[in-house]
Amino acid sequence: MDAFVFVFGGAFMTATPLLLAALGELTVEKSGVLNLSVEGMMALAAAIAFMATYNTGSHLLGFAAGAVSAMILSVVFATLVLFFMANQVAAGLATGILGLGLSALLARSYEAFTLAPLSKLDVPLLSDIPILGPILFHQDLVVYLTIGIGVGLIAFFYRTRAGLILRVVGENPHIAHSLGFSVMKIRFRAILFGGFMAGLAGAYASTVLTPVWSQGMIVGRGWIAVALVVFGTWRPLRVMMGAYFFGAALLGELAVQSGGIAISSQLMTCMPYVLTIIVLAVVSRDAVRIKLNAPVSLGENYRPIG
Amino acid sequence: MIDPAKPRNDAVGDAERTCSPALLEMIGITKCYPAVVANDGIDLQVRPGEIHAILGENGAGKSTLMKLIFGVATPDGGEIRWKGQPVSMENPATARSLGIGMVFQHFSLFETVSITENISLTVPGTLQDLSGRIRRMSEEFGLPINPDALVHNLSVGERQRVEIIRCLLQEPELLILDEPTSVLPLPYVRQLFATLRRLAERGIAILYISHKLEEIREICHRATILRQGRVRGTVDPARTSASELARMMIGREIPHARHKRASRSGRVHLRVADLSYNDPDPHSVDLKQISFEVRAGEVFGIAGVSGNGQFALARLLSGEETLPAEESGRIVLFDKPIGSMGAEDRRARGLAFVPEERIGRGAVPDLSLSQNVLLTGHRKGMVRRGFIRRRQRDRFAERCIDEMDVRCAGHRAPATSLSGGNLQKFIVGRELLLEPTTFVVSQPTWGIDVGAAALVRQRLVDLRDAGNAIVVISEELEELFEISDRMAVMYEGRMSVPVATTSVRPEQVGQMMIGHFDAAAPRQTA
Repeated sequence: MDAFVFVFGGAFMTATPLLLAALGELTVEKSGVLNLSVEGMMALAAAIAFMATYNTGSHLLGFAAGAVSAMILSVVFATLVLFFMANQVAAGLATGILGLGLSALLARSYEAFTLAPLSKLDVPLLSDIPILGPILFHQDLVVYLTIGIGVGLIAFFYRTRAGLILRVVGENPHIAHSLGFSVMKIRFRAILFGGFMAGLAGAYASTVLTPVWSQGMIVGRGWIAVALVVFGTWRPLRVMMGAYFFGAALLGELAVQSGGIAISSQLMTCMPYVLTIIVLAVVSRDAVRIKLNAPVSLGENYRPIG
Repeated sequence: MIDPAKPRNDAVGDAERTCSPALLEMIGITKCYPAVVANDGIDLQVRPGEIHAILGENGAGKSTLMKLIFGVATPDGGEIRWKGQPVSMENPATARSLGIGMVFQHFSLFETVSITENISLTVPGTLQDLSGRIRRMSEEFGLPINPDALVHNLSVGERQRVEIIRCLLQEPELLILDEPTSVLPLPYVRQLFATLRRLAERGIAILYISHKLEEIREICHRATILRQGRVRGTVDPARTSASELARMMIGREIPHARHKRASRSGRVHLRVADLSYNDPDPHSVDLKQISFEVRAGEVFGIAGVSGNGQFALARLLSGEETLPAEESGRIVLFDKPIGSMGAEDRRARGLAFVPEERIGRGAVPDLSLSQNVLLTGHRKGMVRRGFIRRRQRDRFAERCIDEMDVRCAGHRAPATSLSGGNLQKFIVGRELLLEPTTFVVSQPTWGIDVGAAALVRQRLVDLRDAGNAIVVISEELEELFEISDRMAVMYEGRMSVPVATTSVRPEQVGQMMIGHFDAAAPRQTA
C-alpha cells in the first residue's frame, strides 16, 4: 500500500515541473510560435531560484526570482523571432543553450548545497481518507496551484474572447491581422507567459522537488514538456493527464526496481518515456481532432507588411 | 432551374429606384499607381435598393475602385459622396461605420473555430446572443447555416454565406461583393441570387463586381462597364445583349473558337471501361462504372456540377491516384493498360494533365516560372545526365509566357506573384507546349477573363485539329458547347451516355446535371 501511495501521490510532485512548463509551451504554440528554449529557461530559473531561496530562506522569493529570470530569457527569444524574424527553431535552440550555460556558470559555487523542503499542506478532514487522502490531499501548495492554472487555461482558451483571439492568431496570422488584431503583441504576450511558466517549473524542480543543487539538474525535463504538448495534441487536458501519467510511470519504475524485480535497469529507465508516448499516441490518434487542435501556423514567422 | 428570362422581383419599383437620391456617388475619381493609372476619372452613382454591376476584365480597375470605396486605399483625385455629403474613407473602419460592408473574393474565416466564434471576432455581443442573431438572419435571408458548426467542415457556398451574414450583422446600407460567383457551384449561385434580390427589396444597395455577362444580365439593375481604368458606359444590362456588353468590356468582339467539326474517325487514344472507385474521403462520392472513349481529333467534354466525382476521375486519369494492378486495364491509353501506372509513366506516353487547382497542384507557389516548367517539361531536353540545362528551360518558359500572353515579370517571377488568370494561362500553356497526344484538362478557363478564356479555348481546338485527343472537365456549359465534339454529364459518381454536342440543347444538359440522364434521349420535345 505504501508503494501505491508513493507512486500515485508522488506523481503529482514529479509531474508539476513538467506540467508548468508544458502549459506555458502550449500557450506559446497555440499562438503559432515554437519555443524550443524551455529546457534552457528551466535550467536558468532553477539556478536563480535556488540561489535566491538559499540566501533569503524564502521559497516565494525563489519562485519570483526564477520566473523573472526565465521571462528575461523569453524576451531575448521573442526579440529574435518577432522583431528580427529569426528562424524559430534556431532561435529557440540558441536561447536554450544560453540558458543552460548561464545556469551552470551562475550557480557554480552552490554545488551540493541543500535547502529546507517546502511543507506539505493537509486539507482538513479530506487528507484523513485512507489511501485517497494521502494521494490527493497531502501535497504542497504549488501542486494545487498548478492544477488550478491548468483548469484556468482551459477556461481561457475555450471560454474567453482573448483565448479565442490567441487561437486564431495561431491558425492564421494573416487573417487575424486583416481583422485588426496585433499578431506581434499577442505572440509576445504568449511567449512571455511561456517564460513565466518555465521559470516556475525550474524553480519547483530545484527548490521543492529535489532541493539539492547540482549542475544539469533539469535533465531533459524541458524537452519532455515540449514533447507532452505535441503528444497531447495541443489540448490542455490531454497535456495534464500526460504529465501526471509520466510522473507516475517514473515513480512506478523506481518502485519496481527497489522491489528487486530482475529486469535490466536500462530497459526499466526508458519505460516511462515509451509508455507515455504509446498512451498519448493511442489516446490522441484521431487525425481530424489533431488537425483541429494543432496551431496551423506553428513555426512560421509573420511579417505584417509585404 | 436556370431561367434568365424570369422578370426581376422588384419590390422597389424601377421608378422609385431611378428617382431616389444616390446613396454613394463618385465624381472624377482617379487613382494612380507607379506606371499605371488604375482609375481614371471614374463617375459612379449607386442608389438604395439597386444591384449595380461593375463589369470589367482583370486589370480594368474594378478592384482598385472597390478598395477606394472601402477605404483600403485613398484616391489621388476626385470626390466620394455618401448620401450627398463629401466623405473621405480613411480606412475600412470608417467605411464600416458609414454602413458599407464588403465580402471579399478570398474569405477571411478561421477553420478551427465555429461560425459564431468567427463572427464574434468582429461583431460585438456575447456568443449566445450572436448565435441567435445569426440564426434569425440566416432564416430571414435564405442563407441556411448552423452557427455552431466549425468552419473547416463548410463548403465554399456555406463559407460565403457566413461572410455575407457577418456583413449583414453590421447593418450595412451598401454591400460590396467581389466576384461572388467565381468559386461557387451552380446551385449555390441560384441561392445567392435569391438572397441578393431579397436584400435589394429591403433597400440595401449592392455593388456586384464580376466579369460574367449572363449573371449580370440576370440579376443586376444597372451595370457600369470599366475598361483600362475608365468608365465605358452605364447601361441596363437586361436590355443590353451579352455581345454588346462584351464589346464595351473588351473593346472588340469576343473571339469565338474557330471550329470545324471533328471527323471522329481517328484512332482511340484513351478508353475508360467500367471504372469504379471508392473514394477514401467520406465526403466525396464514389465513381460508379464509368465508360467512355476519346479518339484522335476530338474534344470530349465532361459536364456536371463540381463534387459529382470529377475530382476523383481527374486524379485517376492523371495518375495521381492509381488502380490496383489487376484493374489496370480499366484505363487504356493507345491499347496499353495504364490504370496502375503513376503520373510520370503516363506522361512519358504522351498524356498531359492540367488540374483545377493552380497553386499546389498545377504549380509550386514559391518556385519561379521556369522552375515550374521543369516539373513537367523536363523531358523536352531540359535535363542532361541529371543536370538541368538552364538555357533550354528558360527558353521554354519564355515561349510559354509569349504564346499564352502571360502578364508577369519574366520567367524568374515566382508563381505566386501571378494573378489567378495569368497563372492558369501559364499552366495550360506549359502543358500544351509538351505537345501531348492525349490531353486531360480540368476547368481550363476557371476564373480567367473573357479574352484569355477565348485564347485558351482556341489553343485547345488547335491541338485537336492537329490530330490529338482532348478531355475537358468543366462546369461551364457554354464552354463545353463551344469546343467539345461530344459530351457526357457526371452526376453522383455516374456518367451519362456520351452524346454529340450538336444533338443536344443546353437545357437538356442542365436537366442531366441534376440527375435526369434520360433528358437527352432522342425524343421529340417540340
